[in-house]
Amino acid sequence: MSSPATITWLAEHELRLGWRDWLSMMTAGRRSRARTVAIALVVFAVFMHLLAWSMVGGYAETPAGAGKETLVAVSGMLLLSWSLLMSQAMESVTRAFYTRSDLDLILTSPVPQRRVFSVRIARIAISVAAVAVFLASPFINMLALLGGARWLAAYGVVAAMGLVAAALSVALTVGLFRLIGPKRTRLIAQIVAAVIGAMFVIGLQVVAILSYGSLSRFAPLQSHWLIVHAPDIGSAVWLPARATLGDWSALLVVAAASIAALMASIAIFSRRFGEHVVAAAGVSQGKVRQRAAHGFRRVSAALALRRKERTLLLRDPWLVSQSLMQILYLLPPALLLWRSFHEGAGGFVLLVPVLVMAAGQLGGGLAWLSISGEDAPDLIASAPISARRVIWAKIEAVMETIAMVFAPFVVALAFASPRAAVVAGLGVLVAAAASTAVQLCFRTQARRSQFRRRQVSSRIATFAEAFSSIAWAATAALAAVGAWLAALPAVIAIGILAGVRLLKPPQAA
Amino acid sequence: MQRPVALAVRGLAKSFERPAVDALDLTVFGGEFYALVGPNGAGKTTTLRMVTGLLRPDAGTIHIDGIDALADPIAAKQITAWLSDEPMIYDKLTPYEYLEFVAGLWRIDAAIAEARARELIGWLGLAPHAHERCEGFSRGMRQKVALAGALVHDPKLIILDEPLTGLDAGSARIVKNVLAGRVAAGGTVIMTTHILEVAERMADRIGIIAGGRLIAEGTLDELRHKTGKTATSLEETFLTLVETPAAAE
Repeated sequence: MSSPATITWLAEHELRLGWRDWLSMMTAGRRSRARTVAIALVVFAVFMHLLAWSMVGGYAETPAGAGKETLVAVSGMLLLSWSLLMSQAMESVTRAFYTRSDLDLILTSPVPQRRVFSVRIARIAISVAAVAVFLASPFINMLALLGGARWLAAYGVVAAMGLVAAALSVALTVGLFRLIGPKRTRLIAQIVAAVIGAMFVIGLQVVAILSYGSLSRFAPLQSHWLIVHAPDIGSAVWLPARATLGDWSALLVVAAASIAALMASIAIFSRRFGEHVVAAAGVSQGKVRQRAAHGFRRVSAALALRRKERTLLLRDPWLVSQSLMQILYLLPPALLLWRSFHEGAGGFVLLVPVLVMAAGQLGGGLAWLSISGEDAPDLIASAPISARRVIWAKIEAVMETIAMVFAPFVVALAFASPRAAVVAGLGVLVAAAASTAVQLCFRTQARRSQFRRRQVSSRIATFAEAFSSIAWAATAALAAVGAWLAALPAVIAIGILAGVRLLKPPQAA
Repeated sequence: MQRPVALAVRGLAKSFERPAVDALDLTVFGGEFYALVGPNGAGKTTTLRMVTGLLRPDAGTIHIDGIDALADPIAAKQITAWLSDEPMIYDKLTPYEYLEFVAGLWRIDAAIAEARARELIGWLGLAPHAHERCEGFSRGMRQKVALAGALVHDPKLIILDEPLTGLDAGSARIVKNVLAGRVAAGGTVIMTTHILEVAERMADRIGIIAGGRLIAEGTLDELRHKTGKTATSLEETFLTLVETPAAAE
């Protein structure tokens, strides 16, 4: 046991909190589920290893001393993964700034703040690296199994990427604090985190479409232009890629550089981190005046509910950014549609499943906000309106928003192919309705601000929503090309919904 | 003359892991200020949540102004308001918009609701903040907005669970004045509170609940009489009745 208030003592405390957070996240707060979760993790790990085998198995024999093409491709994929790590790290740093939990205790204790926040930054870095290693492990394991132990060096690269992402996130968030102040940093940092997470994937797809008419995000990484203009093979830029391919000396350099970056970040920013946490703790939400343009309007209870849902969503930029992040992924297919339309190609059929998938995911998010994320549940429950009508009004609010978001895409598609537009329109509505049904079965009572935790509250709902959207997207894709096989994924989607109904908790009527 | 009954509860029961409310009988008359007091976990909030339709009882009947609240919950809710101890309002709405939303839920005529909302906003000192989003409001202001929401549809029966928790003296006085005004105007108020001075000063009758049962009920004098100590405070009377249930018989 370490002496109280030392760095190691604080680190033990942070590790214990981190472990319990993780455990609580995995078991949704119920310790009795630990066994079920352990079994689910094993099943998930087996599934992921099989998936990894199908995805990267063919690359296992890639030699360690590969040429520039390989280095470009590996670096691109590392950069893509790193953008997601960066996004996660920024979320963690922002949360550390603004979550009050134990801050009052820490800030009023006689322990030097710098020491506390050094440990806290290190904890963020370790947790980001741990999650990255966990997610990458099936791919690395399969590569090592099929191509040799040299691939295990990739673990070091992934961990190093996590440490660098955390170090940069601290710098970026502290920079935002100094630039725009604590009041705005929270929202901006969360939006930046989400955009960084999506940016690289979307950017690559846009380039791919503009250059090749393909949706593959790897196409630009294999382009002749990029390979010609990339740095020489001896450049330090390729060290992470070399390390991933099993060059242990490159790994040493990468690991040392990442640790140095984290140490520098801690040394430079831990004091300021503390100052900014103090500043954030003192921030109250500002006053926002609304225009009082009209008097009370005569509305039905259902319309009042729908209007309330719409207003709450539109007034919460963070929720809008989180919900509409999925819409950002529609940008590349929209571009594809535009190109296909001008060139008379049939590529727009690709749009149908993308639209349906996006509608399913957006519908799930909106349904959670509307059905579970009710900030005044007692008010609604004590109002003279039946529970069934309340639920219908909320479902209507979700479907109304979905219709508004997707209508322009479907209308645009109708100019290219009326059949594809009809299939897409139906698919959008069905996928959104299916996700809403899933959320309805697993509804809980939560605050809207807990939106980010919705995927933690029920793993079954999260997976059911995702698989249902995928199945409806597949149905729509096959229906758009007139294949009778479309019935198969539709049956699977209905089966998923039937399973959800069977597995729903008893309190959800 | 027989007084109209605003709330009649008979044999009300609710169990979670153990009985929370156990065969509870309660009658509150129209135009009465009724305070429900009891130790923590006595079943006060559970009782009131069943009355307002937020919880389904395991057994018993609830009649609000003669309406069977279990058979026709919509009609019962139309004349009832509920205010919980934790003011749950929408951060992104202004008080004015919140009241418009509540009026919509209760299907109140827009012109009447607006006039009433303006009046309540004025009474509760919310006028300078009527068009500001509630997200920056203090607990006291949030409680006032929630109270305005409870009153905007002009309920016959107002049920409040610890409405003064966390309020400063000024806000608490405003809330008490508004509630007293409602009773003076013929409304019925049922309120749980741990602040026995408030019950002592404001309530026409006080019900003491413990272990899910109503162990004593009456005016302060009647309760004192039950303990055999006529010159004691409500606090003393309450403690005697709760600690020695036989005294309540």
